[in-house]
Amino acid sequence: MSEWPLYEVFVRGKRGLNHVHVGSLHAADDAMALHNARDVYTRRNEGVSIWVVRADAIAASSPDEKDPLFAPAGDKVYRHPTFYSIPDDVPHM
Amino acid sequence: MTTTVPEDVLLQQFDAVIARNDRIEPRDWMPEGYRKTLVRQVAQHAHSEIIGMQPEGNWLTRAPSLRRKAILLAKVQDEAGHGLYLYSATETLGVSRGELTEMLIEGRQKYSSIFNYPTLSFADVGTIGWLVDGAAICNQVPLCRTSYGPYGRAMIRICKEESFHQRQGYELLMTMMRGTDEQRAMVQESVDRFWWPALMMFGPPDADSPNTAQSMAWGIKRNTNDDLRQRFVDMTVPQAEALGVTLPDPELRWNEERGAHDFGQPDWDEFMQVVQGNGPCNRQRIAHRRRAHEDGAWVRDAATAFAARGTS
Amino acid sequence: MTATVTDHDNAYADLLGSDDAHWAFGHLPEIQQGEDPLAGVDTTVPAGLDPAGLAAYCLFLGDDALVMSHRLSEWCSNAPDLEDDIALANIALDLLGQARLLLSRAAAADPSVVPALPEGSPVPAEDALAFFREARDFRNVRLVEVPHGDFGHLVARLLLFATARLAAFERLTAHADPVLSAIAAKGVKELAYHRDYAARWFVTLAQGTDESRRRLLAGLTEVWPLQAELVATYDVAAETGVVLDEVLAAAGVDRPAVGPMSGHGHTEALSRMLAEMQVVARAHPLGTW
Ligand SMILES: [Fe+2]
Ligand SMILES: [Fe+2]
Repeated sequence: MSEWPLYEVFVRGKRGLNHVHVGSLHAADDAMALHNARDVYTRRNEGVSIWVVRADAIAASSPDEKDPLFAPAGDKVYRHPTFYSIPDDVPHM
Repeated sequence: MTTTVPEDVLLQQFDAVIARNDRIEPRDWMPEGYRKTLVRQVAQHAHSEIIGMQPEGNWLTRAPSLRRKAILLAKVQDEAGHGLYLYSATETLGVSRGELTEMLIEGRQKYSSIFNYPTLSFADVGTIGWLVDGAAICNQVPLCRTSYGPYGRAMIRICKEESFHQRQGYELLMTMMRGTDEQRAMVQESVDRFWWPALMMFGPPDADSPNTAQSMAWGIKRNTNDDLRQRFVDMTVPQAEALGVTLPDPELRWNEERGAHDFGQPDWDEFMQVVQGNGPCNRQRIAHRRRAHEDGAWVRDAATAFAARGTS
Repeated sequence: MTATVTDHDNAYADLLGSDDAHWAFGHLPEIQQGEDPLAGVDTTVPAGLDPAGLAAYCLFLGDDALVMSHRLSEWCSNAPDLEDDIALANIALDLLGQARLLLSRAAAADPSVVPALPEGSPVPAEDALAFFREARDFRNVRLVEVPHGDFGHLVARLLLFATARLAAFERLTAHADPVLSAIAAKGVKELAYHRDYAARWFVTLAQGTDESRRRLLAGLTEVWPLQAELVATYDVAAETGVVLDEVLAAAGVDRPAVGPMSGHGHTEALSRMLAEMQVVARAHPLGTW
């Protein structure tokens, strides 16, 4: 049984401002991600406009973050989920 | 293609970030112990939010006014949101919500001991807001400055909502105290039951909390258990007076010299029993969570299959 | 890959007042006694409208919202995933908000509908109506009161309910009572979202897996006999039929071949539900919450 993919959520608080990253959520597809974002992140009317994007579709560059591997450009935002299995049992990588 | 940086260099860089009170971000190298400690703490915190929906959810269908029903539903809903934010923070450490949920329902990860106590009257909704969310705020406000960026950001959002939770709980108790004698008795009885478990929420005394020092050195934790417990008692005593309830501790008194309250110790044997799974509601809470998770599997699978077809 | 939505509505808008005070850290609550949902609204019934008839109609609309909200709130902490737990709570909160407004409207239009409470009881009218009426006096349709089943049952019931109620509310925005028409205008936005949520899941479950399709059809077949009473009570058979046929076509599902349930009034489920819902309030008729 697979988990729904992770989406990143960006909300524009009011007209005239930029969209800012507010968090993430799981959804099976874009439409569901938008619905979920509205329910989860705007329950108190904090935004007028929402963007969602699959986390694995974001290319990331953050030279200041000291990744152990100097990976090629276009790396992922997060350390790769399958990199680690169950934390309790993981030997030192 | 990739070059490996020696670990001692990475560790130096990591320590430097911590030393200047800066934040560690998801793609940073981090010592495995730091990562494991964080995963354990954030997961435990997330599980607490989710399991914490149950004791109050128990009164959703019996709330005695429509306004209270709405406030309670909004509050329990917030806790689902808190769990979601925190599970998201663990995803940045490479552990998925699904994996953590499995660990929770298999009993391999813990959640706050407080949620293993039953809610026996509607006054418990107020008491939980006041004391349990209040204790959570004491624990959590310092975590807004925790060294791991995604965790701290989740905590800022959560703390804002927790203050609404505490206020609605206290307001419910205030209102009930202005009501009938039966209502006042309900409030006192509820406070009597929740006071000691609330003090346990800060964890064992510092002397028995071996991980605290390392967590503080890493900036994951910002205060010791006993510090926070003291702060909570000092905050709560005047609130109890304003409310007109007594706190069930004969040793509780103001200590002029220390400028703080002296107070008794909770029953730490009982605490250990609850932590080990033998509290009044441990099995019930896990069984509920397991049932919801398993009952939902076919729905989650359906959405996955539907999305895979690309018909949306 | 990236998608956009704008101008969503806020399910929390009037829950705790419109001030931002609940964002502040660490100070004690200001005490607000159970606010009247219609505080500050002129509730005079316009000339030419029968107050008793208006009250009865608002009671029916309010009871439907209250009972449906209650059934949805039973899903809290039981949904398939956290995102849906939050979505269902939002829908339940919307409906509860509608119920409060409508019960208050009924009480203001015709105070005689409010059950008598002991001398000195501080219970507001909306709560007297919700917690101190007998099952036989509730005017809700049977669709909303039957016990909940699995998520397929939930989606089918919510689709039927939101579709009919939305059609009725769109019409009610032009009602001669300005209070009812304002309540309807607010509700239209909420119900459009509920219908969208249900329709999306309806299609997803219908076309997801064999199991999800089987469960959805079972749920639909179970609630379908109650649809006739629903659309007749709301008087929206035509509008509802068009929308439902669209959703059913998108899902590849036929209308179930089961006839409408006969009779009227209530099922055995309502008094049981009310026994639970009313237990605390009734134990404290002089209590204040
Ligand atoms: Fe929380
Ligand atoms: Fe809370």
